Amino acid sequence: MSRRFTPKVVTANHLLDGDAIWLTADDRWTRNMCEAELIEDEAHADLRLLFAAGQKSVVVGAYLADAIAGPNGPEPTHFREDFRTKGPSNYAHGKQVELQ
Amino acid sequence: MYTYNDFDEAFVRTRVAQFADQVERRISGVLPEDEFRPLRLMNGLYLQLHAYMLRVAIPYGTLNSRQMRQLAHIAQTYDKGYGHFTTRQNIQYNWPKLKDVPQILSDLADVEMHALQTSGNTIRNVTADHFAGAAADEIEDPRPTAELLRQWSTDHPEFQFLPRKFKIAVSGAVHDRAVTLAHDIGVRIVRNDAGEVGYQIIVGGGLGRTPMVGKIIKDWLPKADLLPYVEAVVSVWNLLGRRDNKYKARIKITVFENGLEEFSRLVEDRFAVIRPTFSGVDQELLAEIWSHFATPAYLNAPIDGYLDRLNRDGAFRAWVDTNIAAHKVDSYAIVTVSTKKHGNTPGDVTDAQMRALADIGETYGHDELRISHEQNVILPHVHRSNLPAVYDALRQIDMATANVGLISDIIACPGMDYCALATARSIPVAQEIALRFEALKLEHEVGPLKIKISGCINACGHHHVGHIGILGLDRAGVENYQITLGGDGTEDTVIGEKTGPGFSYETITDAIERIVMTYLSLRTSAEETFLQAYRRVGMAPFKAALYEEAKAHAAE
Repeated sequence: MSRRFTPKVVTANHLLDGDAIWLTADDRWTRNMCEAELIEDEAHADLRLLFAAGQKSVVVGAYLADAIAGPNGPEPTHFREDFRTKGPSNYAHGKQVELQ
Repeated sequence: MYTYNDFDEAFVRTRVAQFADQVERRISGVLPEDEFRPLRLMNGLYLQLHAYMLRVAIPYGTLNSRQMRQLAHIAQTYDKGYGHFTTRQNIQYNWPKLKDVPQILSDLADVEMHALQTSGNTIRNVTADHFAGAAADEIEDPRPTAELLRQWSTDHPEFQFLPRKFKIAVSGAVHDRAVTLAHDIGVRIVRNDAGEVGYQIIVGGGLGRTPMVGKIIKDWLPKADLLPYVEAVVSVWNLLGRRDNKYKARIKITVFENGLEEFSRLVEDRFAVIRPTFSGVDQELLAEIWSHFATPAYLNAPIDGYLDRLNRDGAFRAWVDTNIAAHKVDSYAIVTVSTKKHGNTPGDVTDAQMRALADIGETYGHDELRISHEQNVILPHVHRSNLPAVYDALRQIDMATANVGLISDIIACPGMDYCALATARSIPVAQEIALRFEALKLEHEVGPLKIKISGCINACGHHHVGHIGILGLDRAGVENYQITLGGDGTEDTVIGEKTGPGFSYETITDAIERIVMTYLSLRTSAEETFLQAYRRVGMAPFKAALYEEAKAHAAE
């Protein structure tokens, strides 16, 4: 039996600055994960990933990452994805200050 | 130090121009990522967790003040005002923008630096003893040999698509400060029974997933045979190496699977073929390289001021005690500048600090600086009369921390704060351990103790050879830290032994404290170091302190 599909977001790095970005439901790329499209259906996830992978001049390395619905939008479930929404822990650099 | 000739200059400039064109084509969409990726990696450009990362080689860890100032300029202009010195004598910039990278490489070329072969399945930056040319226990300066290997390996047509990356380290001293036994090839400058200087060649060492201590494949090699012999080793591995499985592709596995004897036989066969093709041009080149490594014009000055300061200033004396090493000239000292002020990120230096270090090196250090694999900055030639001035200048930039070789002088890889391969964070663990022992005021009481932390199994943080090694893993979606004890990265290299189950991010510092307290309680005297005590008593008391006491507390 195949594993049950868990909700996902499409994420990648921005080609020009390498920043972590997420795909929105209206085909934009956002630097704020809570604006991402939370995908509950596996077939739809595959389609969205194909769409992302086609954006070769915008993004690098698109993949599906596990997420859950939070009060303000999708939230990461794994610590690696959580760090991608914030930036490094040793300096106030990256999203933790840029998204303020 | 080595100065580029017309060939070097043209080669580096051509590569910069090629990469500028490749970046332009990538941004315009002509070049897809699949094709661009190997090209950017050839030029040291990675894509990490939050941004691109540019890894710049500091060949055998040597640089002058002009180069250090340029590294500062790059940190300030294209990055966030700092750079990270690594365990392979590179500097990494964590935040460059893709479009800026060609200009950064051009700025590097202006000071005879580059990012070539700092990534990919090639022969990487050749590293060397950071005390090279200065150490009291040195047989010969390893840098000319390292430079010869760098020139030979750069763009070597046979070795651009190796089974995996390949790392060479060179040591010229009695004490091995270059971790030669944990490299794919370790080159040690030694004397034979007749007193002639030659090379001992070590092969098949490495850390990572399957840590192995290198084996001596050639006890003594005449100097003129170095390049053909090393070429034979790499050539044999290039054909024999396991390209089917990247975890088994390093030369350590090839030597292990085939046996040293068989591997050595194949190398000798290959050497017999290659040796006659080396006409001696390499030796002429080496002689020319040697002319760039002239001994500095040492000063002759009274050291009364230094002795006076030692007598009246305890903080200065403490710094001299920990951060100064013996120089081959008595009136000189080797200064290790710690990047590890308690709570700082190991290896990180700001642009302002880099400029000040360049000034100090230029004024008091015969214009020489080094980067150590332990992520510190070295001033290899400082006359003792200048030590007070150097110390005062370092205090001005907050880099006079007297902790070299002590518990807070921690090696830590970037870990999951930056690295896309990492499975857990390293930097905040290092920060917390350093702050903990500073708060306990135990650092000097504990004495020599090397903690090394890696954020994944690839072991960039050399955790296997730490007296205390820490490996950060992802265990079911949670950061978990495995401890090893008894590792040693010197000429007596030993791979540390696992204590048992790992510890959480929240409890790893407590676990390290329990280990250190156990050591303090069982050492025979203050002279018995942690490593000596561990070798005497073994794992049991530490294991008990880590696990049984914890269990007892839980049961209360």
